[in-house]
Amino acid sequence: MPDSPQFSPAALEELGRIVARYPEGRQKSALIPALHLAQREFGGWLSVPVMDYVATLLSITPIEVYEVAGFYSMFNTKPVGRFLLEPCRTGPCALNGSDDLIAHLEARLGIKNGETTPDGLFTLKSTECLGACGMGPVIQVGEKYHELMNGEKADALLAELRREAGFATKAGA
Amino acid sequence: MGQMKLLLEHAEKAEAATLAGWKSLGGYQKTEAILKGKSPEAILDQIKDSGLRGRGGAGFPAGLKWSFLAKNTGKPSYLVCNADESEPGTFKDRYIMERMPHQLIEGMIVSSYAIGANRSYIYIRGEYMYILRILEKAIAEAYAAGYLGKNILGTGYDLELSVHPGAGAYICGEETALLESLEGKRGNPRIKPPFPAVQGLYASPTVVNNVETIATVPYIVAMSGAAYAALGVKPSTGTKLISASGHIKRPGVYEIELGKVSCEEFLYSDEFCGGPSNGRPFKAVIPGGSSVPVLPIDLFMKTASGASRMMSYESLADGGFATGTQLGSGGLFAMDDSACMVRNLWNLSRFYHHESCGQCSPCREGTGWLEKILHRLEAGEGKMSDIDLLVDIAKHIEGNTICPLGDAAAWPVASHVRHFRHEFEYHVRFPEKVRDPKHNVAAPIARPS
Repeated sequence: MPDSPQFSPAALEELGRIVARYPEGRQKSALIPALHLAQREFGGWLSVPVMDYVATLLSITPIEVYEVAGFYSMFNTKPVGRFLLEPCRTGPCALNGSDDLIAHLEARLGIKNGETTPDGLFTLKSTECLGACGMGPVIQVGEKYHELMNGEKADALLAELRREAGFATKAGA
Repeated sequence: MGQMKLLLEHAEKAEAATLAGWKSLGGYQKTEAILKGKSPEAILDQIKDSGLRGRGGAGFPAGLKWSFLAKNTGKPSYLVCNADESEPGTFKDRYIMERMPHQLIEGMIVSSYAIGANRSYIYIRGEYMYILRILEKAIAEAYAAGYLGKNILGTGYDLELSVHPGAGAYICGEETALLESLEGKRGNPRIKPPFPAVQGLYASPTVVNNVETIATVPYIVAMSGAAYAALGVKPSTGTKLISASGHIKRPGVYEIELGKVSCEEFLYSDEFCGGPSNGRPFKAVIPGGSSVPVLPIDLFMKTASGASRMMSYESLADGGFATGTQLGSGGLFAMDDSACMVRNLWNLSRFYHHESCGQCSPCREGTGWLEKILHRLEAGEGKMSDIDLLVDIAKHIEGNTICPLGDAAAWPVASHVRHFRHEFEYHVRFPEKVRDPKHNVAAPIARPS
């Protein structure tokens, strides 16, 4: 994490479009979308310097950003792995095996729920109802829902994500 | 009776996803005719006549809600669509937005016009980010075609529409928490009054309606409020989307004419849930999202007086909380006899504890106590007195909080213990049998006869 975070020009442009949706003087409304953008830009989590930077961009105080970042479960105020695996654990998903699925993921990844693999690739963080009740159990990874999951499909998903990471590393080298 | 497809007529057609395709299915004809031919007052009258009730869960009459909007305040009015669908068991709004984004956009245009709003927002839960992208694409199409922006279709009416994401908070489905969140704050519900109709978004008059409610508006105005009110069984007029899940063969989103389909038909007919998925008998049903009282299967199918129970606001509520429940959001989930009711309640109570915003002590502290006590009961570490303690805590939360999350957390506790006390007692009497998490399958807990 650099000392003074800076959005890419594309992200700054996107933020400008977001702010324009709200009435004059109501730019604070753009805070939640701005924090989603910041998480995308800065490795999936919000450090204090990043939150301070967002406060500057929206002309609000840092505490206004901290209290929002701390309230919403999708905002990570600690580092997370490259892929955040979020299996739903509520009601209908639990009836259809989400406890077993989470246990399976823990065993496969060698970590407990809430932890990150030593290679920094995966963070496992069970979540509450994702609105996929008829297609559960579901695992959210980034913006994608992986529905009707079971152990076998979860293994295939992990393999696919590992391939994606490997490919990205080679492409970046 | 079977399904009745008003909103869902085109849901399974691929072309419903794009503006050109939606128009080829008749899309935007209603909206154009309404903007060019009806006054806002005429639309409000039709919505009042229709008897449409808010489809988010509370079932409050939509026309009445609109009529509360403060007039001549010198401030702009806002329409905010509640797409924060987060009530466990509920996944119907998602179905509309994913497959027919223009159906919601049409509803936003007509409803915004009716209440005199020139800037409207769709507040969508952050986890539905991929749906936000679908909606943004559709909104861009609608702008390009002149259905949004300045002087829509030459009528002189202006509307700016955008989508706003949340970031993971069930509480933001409560309308004042949603407005706080839309203003860039924590989702803490506001003390009411003032109601949003007087002081909502940016302290201006605001209407907040659910996705399904808003999507229905153009259909009502096109067919007339009276024609819509002729559907269903009064005062449950019209159609309702039911999202069905749990131990059933055919999970999915179904549209029914309210009061015309029996609970038995809905649960067993191959046109709906198709019966149990695992060949085991059903034990219990939660018909309206996790907050409404659970019913044992016999009371779900028949009311206490022995009448066939129907899928409507009134029939599901028959018997009050002693023997009835609520239609709620229409998020139905069914449990077969492999489900442990103590474990189910522990799961739901953990959810409410996780989602309590923390403003009101009874909810902040009480939901934590409920989760803790249920965890020890489920693990075979509980005491007989814990069972009444649960009920007592739930009673002290109910009605003592700023927003309905307290009630939503209390009702499942009261109803699980009311109807399944024998399972809680079993957990205390046979701790060694419940230490295996699959204990209900291993040793089905029979209801004492």
